[in-house]
Amino acid sequence: MSTLPSPPRIELSHLDHVWFQVAGTRCNLTCHHCFISCSPGNDSFGMLTLEDVKRNLDESVPRGVKEYYFTGGEPFLNRDMVSILVTTLQYGPATVLTNGTVLKDEWLVELSRAELESIYSLEFRVSIDGFSPGTNDPIRGSGTFKRAMQGVTKLVNHGFMPIITAARTWPIEEEQTVVDTFVEMLQRSGYDRPRLKILPTLHLGAEEKRSHGYRETERIDHAMLAGFDRSQLICDHSRIVTDRGVHVCPILIEADDSLLGNSLVEAEAPYPLGHGACYTCYQYGAICSNPSSAR
Amino acid sequence: MKSPYESTRIACFGGIYNNYLALESAIADARRRGVDGMFCLGDMGAFGPYPDRIFPLLTQGNVACLQGNYDHSIGNELDDCQCGYTDPRDNHFAQISYEYTLEHTSPAGRQFLRELPPEIRLDLGGLQLLFCHGSPRKTNEFLWESTSSTHFLQYLAEQAAADVVAATHTGLKWHRELPGGCHFVNVGVLGRPENNGTNCVWYTLLGYSIDGLTVEFVPVHYDYARLAKEMQQEKLPEEFVETVVTGWWTSCLEILPAKERKRGQW
Repeated sequence: MSTLPSPPRIELSHLDHVWFQVAGTRCNLTCHHCFISCSPGNDSFGMLTLEDVKRNLDESVPRGVKEYYFTGGEPFLNRDMVSILVTTLQYGPATVLTNGTVLKDEWLVELSRAELESIYSLEFRVSIDGFSPGTNDPIRGSGTFKRAMQGVTKLVNHGFMPIITAARTWPIEEEQTVVDTFVEMLQRSGYDRPRLKILPTLHLGAEEKRSHGYRETERIDHAMLAGFDRSQLICDHSRIVTDRGVHVCPILIEADDSLLGNSLVEAEAPYPLGHGACYTCYQYGAICSNPSSAR
Repeated sequence: MKSPYESTRIACFGGIYNNYLALESAIADARRRGVDGMFCLGDMGAFGPYPDRIFPLLTQGNVACLQGNYDHSIGNELDDCQCGYTDPRDNHFAQISYEYTLEHTSPAGRQFLRELPPEIRLDLGGLQLLFCHGSPRKTNEFLWESTSSTHFLQYLAEQAAADVVAATHTGLKWHRELPGGCHFVNVGVLGRPENNGTNCVWYTLLGYSIDGLTVEFVPVHYDYARLAKEMQQEKLPEEFVETVVTGWWTSCLEILPAKERKRGQW
């Protein structure tokens, strides 16, 4: 019987980015391409409290962590979310990945003030997967385009410049047309300097059913890493905190081998690149990070 | 490279981006101030016209230089500048200026760039200084003021065994004092204005006093109208000319974090 060669292992070069699965897998939407199948009824991962986050922020200081990212689910379903971001801005730069549909003006007033008083940036990344209801809503749900754009307008009105993130669910040859149309739509909506980040889809979770899963050949082997800049892989410099412990990366929290320890220190072990999603990360670079954090 | 050089007041130039007129003004200004030495933290080419006009100024000015990502690329005739942008529009403009600079840099200029050291270390009144281009760990790493936590900068300084780390790559000057008396300084750039609607560019004076390190950012006023005219003569993009004339960045925008982006016009 033949056995597959063991996948290459990636050492943590330095813990630059700490992520928080701050809303667990709870989301108010049920997007058809969600790589961890978040939904209103998915409680497989639980919410993090302000105390949970604070404990990890304190642990991150002596480790020299550079930036903090918050994801879910929908982070703003967490009742502590505003306090969590305000607290985080005292430690370092914060980025929150939201669907933009539940934002409240009073939260944004407080967050705008917190960013103004901080030396660090607060980045909002708003997921919108098409430039119109006709292109977005089939993926993210009926009425979500309008609601997300209302969220973008609120953010802009409060002085934020959200990064609109869209998963590439269109053929690559249509990319420039899609991007141009997206930018025009955002400008017409009052966002005069739109920032747009296009992401590759990850063939996991709901997206595995929507399109297809990873083929067995879509894996990283030792030869592929020869001469490759490993800092392009998110596991080279990141970990994510969930209510279960610390996992290797935001994409793989549901993978059996992704839980590395109970604390940031315990989660420093090297990680084997054995998943199809690792292949996407290899192809496109550390897709989860902000453009300003390019390495 | 470990330098035996010791001094009390030195001038630090960031990316020059072919702006020989600003370099000329900066060297003259630093001389007038009686500095004990001049340093350039890399990226001699890009953006502006006539790359070969930089080299005699650096040599005759006795400016000690290190190698930025651009210098590595031009020196080794690589396909792109290794600037590290992620946005297609930013990369489009970066490639235009890279191909122009590569084509117009002489073999002697390429050799000069190829042989530059990746970092310079020196002693300033007992403080250990490390000059690098992007960060101590990576030449083209972007260390923005609003996305670099203080404890991260402290980590970099400790790893580099430096009291003061100075870099330039982002093109925006800033300074933060770190716990334990360490410092991180981005010395700014001579190549293009600071995305604040003014035409001047900046360099940095580092000194040592009884209170420790002193950091002074110095504006450099130069003949930007002449630079703009020469850029047009060389058929460089109008977007670049607009930046020189207006003081607002028109490219390299998507790499900016939120705070830095909001300060600009585009």
